[in-house]
Amino acid sequence: MSTVDRTAPARGEVRCERRADDTLLLRLVGNWRIYATAPVVTEVYQQLDASPAVRRLAFEAQELTGWDSRLLTFLRQVMEASTHRQIVVDQHGLPEGVRRLLALAAAVPELEGARRGAPRPSWLASIGTEVLASWKGAWEMVDFIGEAVLACLRCVVGAARFRRVDLVLFVQECGAQALGIVTLISFLIGLILAIMGAVQLRQFGAQIYVADLVGLGMTREMGAVMTGVIMAGRTGAAFAAQLGTMQVNEEIDALTTMGIPPMEFLVLPRMLALMVMMPLLCVYADLVGMGAGLLIGTGLLDMSLVEYVNETRKAVHLVDCGLGLFKSVVFGALVALAGCVRGMQCGRSAAAVGAAATSAVVTGIVWIIASDGLFAVLTERLGL
Amino acid sequence: MVPPPEPRITINDLTMAYGSFVIQRDLTFSIQPGEIFIIMGGSGCGKSTLLRHLIGLLSPAKGEVLYDGENFWTAAPEDRERMKRRFGVLYQSGALWSSMTLAENVALPLGEYTGLSPGEIRDVVSLKLALVGLAGFEDFYPSEISGGMRKRAGLARAMALDPDMLFFDEPSAGLDPLSSRRLDDLILELRDSLGATVVVVTHELASIFTIGDKSVFLDAETKTILAVGPPKTLRDTSPEPKIRAFLRRGDADATTAV
Repeated sequence: MSTVDRTAPARGEVRCERRADDTLLLRLVGNWRIYATAPVVTEVYQQLDASPAVRRLAFEAQELTGWDSRLLTFLRQVMEASTHRQIVVDQHGLPEGVRRLLALAAAVPELEGARRGAPRPSWLASIGTEVLASWKGAWEMVDFIGEAVLACLRCVVGAARFRRVDLVLFVQECGAQALGIVTLISFLIGLILAIMGAVQLRQFGAQIYVADLVGLGMTREMGAVMTGVIMAGRTGAAFAAQLGTMQVNEEIDALTTMGIPPMEFLVLPRMLALMVMMPLLCVYADLVGMGAGLLIGTGLLDMSLVEYVNETRKAVHLVDCGLGLFKSVVFGALVALAGCVRGMQCGRSAAAVGAAATSAVVTGIVWIIASDGLFAVLTERLGL
Repeated sequence: MVPPPEPRITINDLTMAYGSFVIQRDLTFSIQPGEIFIIMGGSGCGKSTLLRHLIGLLSPAKGEVLYDGENFWTAAPEDRERMKRRFGVLYQSGALWSSMTLAENVALPLGEYTGLSPGEIRDVVSLKLALVGLAGFEDFYPSEISGGMRKRAGLARAMALDPDMLFFDEPSAGLDPLSSRRLDDLILELRDSLGATVVVVTHELASIFTIGDKSVFLDAETKTILAVGPPKTLRDTSPEPKIRAFLRRGDADATTAV
């Protein structure tokens, strides 16, 4: 770097001088650093275009007090413009470090075709790509479900390969560890159902039916749906993030190259664990919800314990409980599928893992609600 | 040789530990401005941990780290930030932000710490990428390029703010011999033209002898420094057989230099 000149300005400056021959001399003065201000390159362009035509470009850097990338980017632009105008560039006046870095920057030419143009597609084209992408996504989903079913079948005949300890771990993760949140939510749901029912039914003096409302509401619908939603947010997102991170770290590639199908090794234990634990959580949620109803019934509506329990037993039949349990198994499978499919489709970046987790929760909840609607129609038709 | 008065980085009686588990103790050495300093030693001796202490990621269990005579860990937080801005770090596998393009990766520190306009930032970014031989790869994501290219892009990001101290964690790990050689040349070139101080953690012998001005050898058994000095001198004249063996690929008793 050149010597420090006390009279030199604190900011970078360029002084253009025409020499007698057709040479343009750029005198670089002052501090050319990123944190200081520097001239814009267009001033130099004007000088390059001035007549009589410039044939040669030279530099002089005696009064340069400091430089970094700021000077290099400036020089690169000037030199590119000069080459474009068929002006010969003489770099001798530049500090040696600058010359070497410029040479280094030009050493590896830009790879042909590497740069990406960003032509904006028309709106019609982007709608088209979106549709094609969602069509492809739907196919991938069907493909995944098919593979998952095959893996389940292999598991039934005992040929599936996964670590039993993984299964136990997932059972703990999506069973026992979910009890707290399931307790809280189902208790509150039971409470809400009971209070809402009490307000309406009291007008007709029919408070006793609060027990029916809470019992049927929890066993047929809310127990299964709420547990499903909780598990979608809790476990589905976790599955997607786990598998997505494994995808980013090439762990899934490692499994595949060892001939271990990720579908059996990773997806199957997660699905099994959730399908086994969901009905248990559902039964538990039903009981907690009805317990909350009992609290309201005896505390707020002057019903006795025996009265409330008898009314509940009269209203809730085995088929109601069975329906709720069946639904919860289906919801468990859907949540696990949504989590795993999004995780396996995950791209290879941190943002992709986040997107996979988000998408797993959204997909899981949509599937739960949609299938619940389907169940409602079916049970009505079947008279259950 | 007259030692220059003010070392750029000084390590004083440093002890590194994770909880009660001591990695290395009583480390004392200094790094001069414009020097290429090698931290070497067998696997697991704490080379990368030492580097993490040098870049302010880990705080010493005992001892001090000084930059230009200024103690890093007793400095006020804003002084620490200012000191950190002088570091450029190339992590072992690049550590590029995976959800950003290469251009965005290099542009982030420029946008945060300089007053450059978006156009100027774009110019600086393309200069840095050109310097590491990645001209035209601005819009690629880290997952779309090879490991060696990721490493070079990481270097471009490390150089974004024209730091005067550059730290490299195993720069040649996972690179082919030619790329590794080119990276060495690049490190030398950056030191010569920018006057940067360079600290390199490596056990690549070719690199050590090509670029190293001075080196420190950490030993995992005694948990401290075995020797400090220019790598070639250590190879030829070190009284410690462990160091001679390391620098000669196990052949400690060879009489002639490799």
